Amino acid sequence: MSSPTKPLIPLAVLPKNELGLTVRDYEGAMSTLCAGCGHDSVTAAITQMYFELSMPPHMIAKLSGIGCSSKTPTYFVRGAHGFNSAHGRMATIATGANAANRELSYIGISGDGDSLSIGIGHLAHLMRRNVNMVYVLENNGVYGLTKGQFSASADIGSRSKRGVPNIVAPIDPIMLGLSMGATFLARSFSGDKEQLIPLLKAAVAHKGLALVDVISPCVTFNDHEGSTKSYRFMREHEVKEIETDFVPWQQEISMPHHKDDAREVIMHDGSAVRFRSVPPGYDPRDRQKVEEYIRERHERGEIATGLLYVNESSTDVHEMNNTPETALSKVPFATLCPGSAALAKLQEDFR
Amino acid sequence: MEPTNDQDPNYFHQVVDCQWACPAHTDVPGYIRLIAQGRFDDAYLLNRASNVFPGILGRVCDRPCEPACRRTRVDGNPVAICRLKRVASDLKGDIAEFLPHAPSVTNGKRVALIGAGPASLAVANDLLPLGYDVTIFEKYDRAGGLMRANIPEFRLPGEVLDAETQVIIDMGAEVRYNSPVESMRELLAQDFDAIFVGVGAPKGKELELPGRHDDAGGHIHIGIEWLKSVAFGHIESIGERVLIIGVGNTAMDCCRTSRRLGGRDVKVMARRPREYFKASPWELDDAEEEDIEITVNHSPKRFVIEDGRLVGMEFDIVTWDEGARHASVLETVVIECDDVILAIGQENAFEWVERDLGIEFGEWETPVLDETTLQSTLPQVFFGGDAAFGPKNIIWAVSHAHQAAISIDRLCRGEDVNERPPLTMTLASQKMGMTEWSYHNEYNPSPRQQMNHVELTQRFAALDLEVELGFDAQQTAREVQRCLNCDVQTDFTASLCIECDACIDICPVRCLTITTNGEEDDLRGRLNAPAVNPDQAIYVSSPLPQTGRVMVKDENVCVHCGLCAQRCPTAAWDMAKFELDIPYAGNFDILGKSRAAHVLTRS
Repeated sequence: MSSPTKPLIPLAVLPKNELGLTVRDYEGAMSTLCAGCGHDSVTAAITQMYFELSMPPHMIAKLSGIGCSSKTPTYFVRGAHGFNSAHGRMATIATGANAANRELSYIGISGDGDSLSIGIGHLAHLMRRNVNMVYVLENNGVYGLTKGQFSASADIGSRSKRGVPNIVAPIDPIMLGLSMGATFLARSFSGDKEQLIPLLKAAVAHKGLALVDVISPCVTFNDHEGSTKSYRFMREHEVKEIETDFVPWQQEISMPHHKDDAREVIMHDGSAVRFRSVPPGYDPRDRQKVEEYIRERHERGEIATGLLYVNESSTDVHEMNNTPETALSKVPFATLCPGSAALAKLQEDFR
Repeated sequence: MEPTNDQDPNYFHQVVDCQWACPAHTDVPGYIRLIAQGRFDDAYLLNRASNVFPGILGRVCDRPCEPACRRTRVDGNPVAICRLKRVASDLKGDIAEFLPHAPSVTNGKRVALIGAGPASLAVANDLLPLGYDVTIFEKYDRAGGLMRANIPEFRLPGEVLDAETQVIIDMGAEVRYNSPVESMRELLAQDFDAIFVGVGAPKGKELELPGRHDDAGGHIHIGIEWLKSVAFGHIESIGERVLIIGVGNTAMDCCRTSRRLGGRDVKVMARRPREYFKASPWELDDAEEEDIEITVNHSPKRFVIEDGRLVGMEFDIVTWDEGARHASVLETVVIECDDVILAIGQENAFEWVERDLGIEFGEWETPVLDETTLQSTLPQVFFGGDAAFGPKNIIWAVSHAHQAAISIDRLCRGEDVNERPPLTMTLASQKMGMTEWSYHNEYNPSPRQQMNHVELTQRFAALDLEVELGFDAQQTAREVQRCLNCDVQTDFTASLCIECDACIDICPVRCLTITTNGEEDDLRGRLNAPAVNPDQAIYVSSPLPQTGRVMVKDENVCVHCGLCAQRCPTAAWDMAKFELDIPYAGNFDILGKSRAAHVLTRS
């Protein structure tokens, strides 16, 4: 069986972005995931997002761990830097990479197993440190690569493909993020690019860790009746009360909006996230309100999506550590590592 | 929009642009695949089922399929369909036993066909196997009609023409050569059950300008008359300096023939700019390759004749307004020449049809006909080919012939001629495995293969030296893979779709969208890639089960790669081979299967 390839058809009609690139230039290798996998849609959304942002491919670093989700960086932006790390260790590698070169735009792709089981400790500390990166959690509730056991995000009562219900409490990455001090928390659905693409753009613009929890159905092991992470379940239970638009900084902000619920968050790079609508009394900057809202929705059996929490005034890992503006990788070796005499002097200071 | 009715054979038929554009609806992708498999006999027979003269048409067809070809919209150049047809014809083996045969006993019905050109021969081809007693009246001593008289042998070799005309005649038609029908009244008196008029448009148009009727020593010729005289060996030379008036395909044949009969300085004189030329672009190219000068914006004014000798022709050099409707004269020139050939068109000539027989004629001396049945106002008389609606081309003549044969058959059976047999289709899934299809679905980026020609230095040695050499094995192998298999259709079942977007994400030309329904104009504007070609349909599914949105497909640039069906987890998309079952005379049985299906056992 040969793996299919997506042919390059020389159509003149493909639009180009500011760099003169087409969306095809932001693609990667052909996906070998199951046909209909939600992850492929997330890949397509990421591809489109970077194309629309006119991001130079060589300024992107994509990282992942192990799992179906972690295969996906191969499938977008073939010209980007990439690192496929050990299981659950994407967060640590990303932290190190970001420490060494703060100029790149980091995107980590992980899954519910990679992030919430083996890698949960690293994820927690990544959020605490507020590492400046986009963290996409492709969440399908099962270990697809090992044939569909429940993962740590499976809901109580959700049934496996064989009909067995899950009895262990789920971990909600958004709730985890709220308690760990994450500064950008969004949830979306792989089957809804209209929502997902603007969220991803806002995540790229955010300074600090931007966690995007994407419900991404496993078409092979978790798309049946009784599943709470199937295409159908999501379409029937998704609540989209929080709607946002992403406004790039170059674009004149001229969209009409209502006075009452108009909230605008100016991002670090000058772009803006505009909340088109939020539920009454909701404040995306108030941790407690957000937590209450998500809990309330969850108890009703609903899944709230959108940009749930954002705090743009926080400090990221570099500010916390007072590192120079230039990437450490560009600092001359002699400055970065001034030698044993300098070390001895430093140690003397601590005596 | 209402959901697209893809159960109507004409929906998928339209997607197969070449087949839709072909007047005879030849299954082009079907035979190209057979050529790709080296099954030249089958490819030839599949062709012959619909177009009757694959060897002839593989050289001189007007190729309405090629401008329509989807490949043009993808990389700018159509698949060389016509040349591939010739490959099938040139490389076929002995196919005699697979051709239709006439039964040993006739059915007692007598049909007269007037003219042994493509239209009449194609009618004979359809009626002889049904047992009809067919008599063909031919004015010359050989069959072929315009294919014999008007198309020079360097484009269509005599043996190719002989083979494909004779095979029909040998089925048992009685051909009366040298027997022009001079009176329709007399023919009607012979009590034929049906008469088919396939006499073409045999009269070359005159150019009534000063000097036309002066004694020019026989150096002013009418194009098609002149070509006919060359074809039958009555003319063997021409002057060195020749002017051709007109710039259609006949003009191209005249100028190239002149080059072979002694013309050295041959000019084609056109009144209008190049974009208004009637000749096919490839015929213009072939003429220019032979050092023929094509002069634009020269409007003929008078023949210059001195002392009973043609010395030249006077032209107004003109300039045209936008749209080339009105011309203004800049200056007048005389261009010297030895011969002038008038190739400004041809027309019907029905002076032999008496006007009191009940056969009505309309404007331009063309008969009043039913466009579908080809029946004239006298029920047992039918017209086809150029005789029906004025000059068209060979493939239209074949198309008329199939319809006329159905009409004649129904008339002779005492059935209503206006009731037509239904057009049906077969759709069959091509899935062979997870990522395997029974057709070659990979996009091949090869450019269109160029036809090799005989070297210019040798080309004029003989009048019957065929210029085009045909594709070699390598060219054929490349060209067949350029075909996008438009007949392997994307077949969608809305009830199976889970809206996972996999098909949309994988489509290399972004022709799929799931969105809320709307009016066509609105919908076309908000697809993933706007549907900008109004000539190409957009497919709209019935509402999808989960969200009630619709799947929309812009047919315009789909390359039929099958990736949507390959990435579909629920087989809502499938690649299904579409076969149009075209009805022909007498063979619409209970299954509605066409002759193609009967003749061939295809994969």
